Amino acid sequence: MDNLLAARLQMSVSFIFHIVFACIGMAMPWLMFVAEYKWIRTGKVWFLDLAKAWSRGVAIFFAVGAVSGTVLSFELGLLWPGFMEHAGAIIGMPFSWEGTAFFLEAIALGVFLYGWDKVNRYVHLMSGLVVGIAGVISGIFVVSANAWMNSPAGFDWVNGQAINIDPLKAMFNKAWFQQALHMTIASFASTCFAVAGIHAYLLLRDKHNPIHAQAVKISLAFATVAALLQPISGDISAKNVARLQPAKLAAMESLFKTSAPARMIIGGIPDTAKEEVKYAIHIPRLLSFLAHGDFNAEVTGLDKFKKSEWPPVLIVHTAFQVMVFMGMIMALVALMNLLFIFKWKEALQKRWWLRLLAWLTPAGFIAVEAGWIVTETGRQPWIIYGIMKTSESVTPMPGIQYSFYLVTLIYLALTLIVFLLMKRQIAALQKGTSNSSSHD
Amino acid sequence: MQPCKKVHQTAAAMTEIIIGILGIAILLYVLLGGADFGAGMVEWITGKKGIKTISQAIAPVWEANHIWIILAVVILFNGFPLVYTRLTTYLHIPLLIILIGIIIRGSAFTFRYYDAPQATGNRYYSVLFRFSSLLTPFFLGIVLGAIMLGKIPDSTEGTFYHVFMAPWLNWFSFSTGIFLTLLFGWIASVYLIGEATEETYPLFLRTAIVLFSLLIVSGAIVFVTAHYYRPDFLQKFLHSYVSMACLIIATLLIPLIWTRIKRENAVWTRILVGMQTACILTGWFAVQFPVMVYIAGGQHLIVWNSQVSEKTMYYLLIALIAGIVIILPSFAYLFKVFKFKKVTSDE
Repeated sequence: MDNLLAARLQMSVSFIFHIVFACIGMAMPWLMFVAEYKWIRTGKVWFLDLAKAWSRGVAIFFAVGAVSGTVLSFELGLLWPGFMEHAGAIIGMPFSWEGTAFFLEAIALGVFLYGWDKVNRYVHLMSGLVVGIAGVISGIFVVSANAWMNSPAGFDWVNGQAINIDPLKAMFNKAWFQQALHMTIASFASTCFAVAGIHAYLLLRDKHNPIHAQAVKISLAFATVAALLQPISGDISAKNVARLQPAKLAAMESLFKTSAPARMIIGGIPDTAKEEVKYAIHIPRLLSFLAHGDFNAEVTGLDKFKKSEWPPVLIVHTAFQVMVFMGMIMALVALMNLLFIFKWKEALQKRWWLRLLAWLTPAGFIAVEAGWIVTETGRQPWIIYGIMKTSESVTPMPGIQYSFYLVTLIYLALTLIVFLLMKRQIAALQKGTSNSSSHD
Repeated sequence: MQPCKKVHQTAAAMTEIIIGILGIAILLYVLLGGADFGAGMVEWITGKKGIKTISQAIAPVWEANHIWIILAVVILFNGFPLVYTRLTTYLHIPLLIILIGIIIRGSAFTFRYYDAPQATGNRYYSVLFRFSSLLTPFFLGIVLGAIMLGKIPDSTEGTFYHVFMAPWLNWFSFSTGIFLTLLFGWIASVYLIGEATEETYPLFLRTAIVLFSLLIVSGAIVFVTAHYYRPDFLQKFLHSYVSMACLIIATLLIPLIWTRIKRENAVWTRILVGMQTACILTGWFAVQFPVMVYIAGGQHLIVWNSQVSEKTMYYLLIALIAGIVIILPSFAYLFKVFKFKKVTSDE
């Protein structure tokens, strides 16, 4: 295997693994916070059970997220030293802020998880809130560093050296806001749909358990808001990508020829050799409108770029379709939930609705992975868009394929173990609460 | 040109403060994160009997403790990217092993802690936890040894062995690896004495004695290998007042620590061990500064030639100071809740 390909695959595997844990680390603390808040407000014991059950989930996911995040902070240098040599000085700042936020998150989580009988309940509740806030902030910092790779700013590139570096301008680059917004909402949509799905499944098996009904209600409230906001944030993102990275947008849409007006291509299989898309649905003028807000606007196609500078169209296009499709389904379910909101008690007794939610458990995470593939693969062949190619920055150390195999193996094993562990936790939850709920 | 000189001085002061914070981050990582790895090592000796004390001692704090190394890495790649990329390129293999240890240790510990107790997996988690608790400190010590040794090349020309293996695969790095591993184990065993129940107290005490004796021997071996591999570095150490003072204080602290352990005074034992470790690290920093990485051929990476522009250093410093203002009180609170509150009962 080619060293560059191995390094890219190892980085992909590391991200694909880490992002799930990072999303849960951002969103799930909010759920446990709300559950504890409700316990303090109502005194109902199932809220406490729920807060504790969720916090155990957070503990497991946060631990694995923390160590896999550490791996990434080293892998930047292990795999891409040519990149970090220049980028470190420019985008190190958001990472140093992220470090602080992450520190705070870990400390507050320690208090939350192990302090149930060591601190008073309000301090405890506050520690949960700090975990949630710090988690979201640390996510925003990391994503803004990634946004800089898509939309480099805050330096001048002269003879292969970065000069006049301004870390503030680099951090607040043109892509940071839309990317941070999209990712934050995505973390809530994915995590909360997954939590709602799991509890909907449990509710199907154990109809009268208040813990699962409350769990679905809380997590679905978050999921609904996130899934309805996400299309708006997606629209902001698409318009920005059209402006900042037209090649990425063209690959997402498989638009081979620059056109005015441009039609929207849905689905299909792009063929880069023939420069056409097979089996696709076409909607006239829609892409012009979505990309530039004008039904007649010109949209830049791949023909404006050298073929050597095209992103892998098939991957980017397919991943984008998957993301949008999942997003649409989630938005639709969110709309349905809005209709149910005034009579959720009846809704939670409808088996088809619970089944639908259960089926949607992985939907958000599929969308997150697909979206991350779009933004990372869509930037190729660049590591710093328009400035430095990925191939220029790869490590000179040969034999990266072996570390790729090793990392993949470890992450596969961890995925399997976490999966089994969650299954056991959920089984324990079923057993444990059916007793306590009978008292109420 | 008075103002110009002044600007230069503030820039240098800024860099020195950042280096100071880097040093403190490394010290805290050794004292806190290192102790958590050490606890896994201690479990080799105490076996099953120690698991409960060890798990309860590190569960609330290990993630926060671990972040000190992330802070050190961030300071390196933000403020000294040349140092960071030089290390990640030429010490790729030991760094990768460190990472694998970090992943396995953290995951195995969490899985063991949270998995239903009747699960059969717990035995495997324990083995993985203990093994990875050895792996990471040992290779961390190897990396520190390689930084001092001066075999890291200037370019990638040469054989694979010469470029990517020889800088860290040698007796000197090996001895620093063993020393750091035992240091982590010693710190952990002393902390754990303070957390032990009446039943496990003698067990941890014995462990501390064993690890301490081994630590002294391995420390001597580091000096011996240094004599063969880096005689100039050793001479510098022996002629530095700061380093020698640190060595003497660290030695004088030994009997003090033992009397505190005998009196079962957990707080003072921890403080004294912290001071001792600070002395060991300061002794090293004093001869190392201002060199960050010794390079074969003499073109060493020095603080002053590997730092980034003043503006970036300025923003890094602001982030670090703000971070310290936020983190230190929270950290103190975490430790107050879990480490300095009297444990009422062992359920």
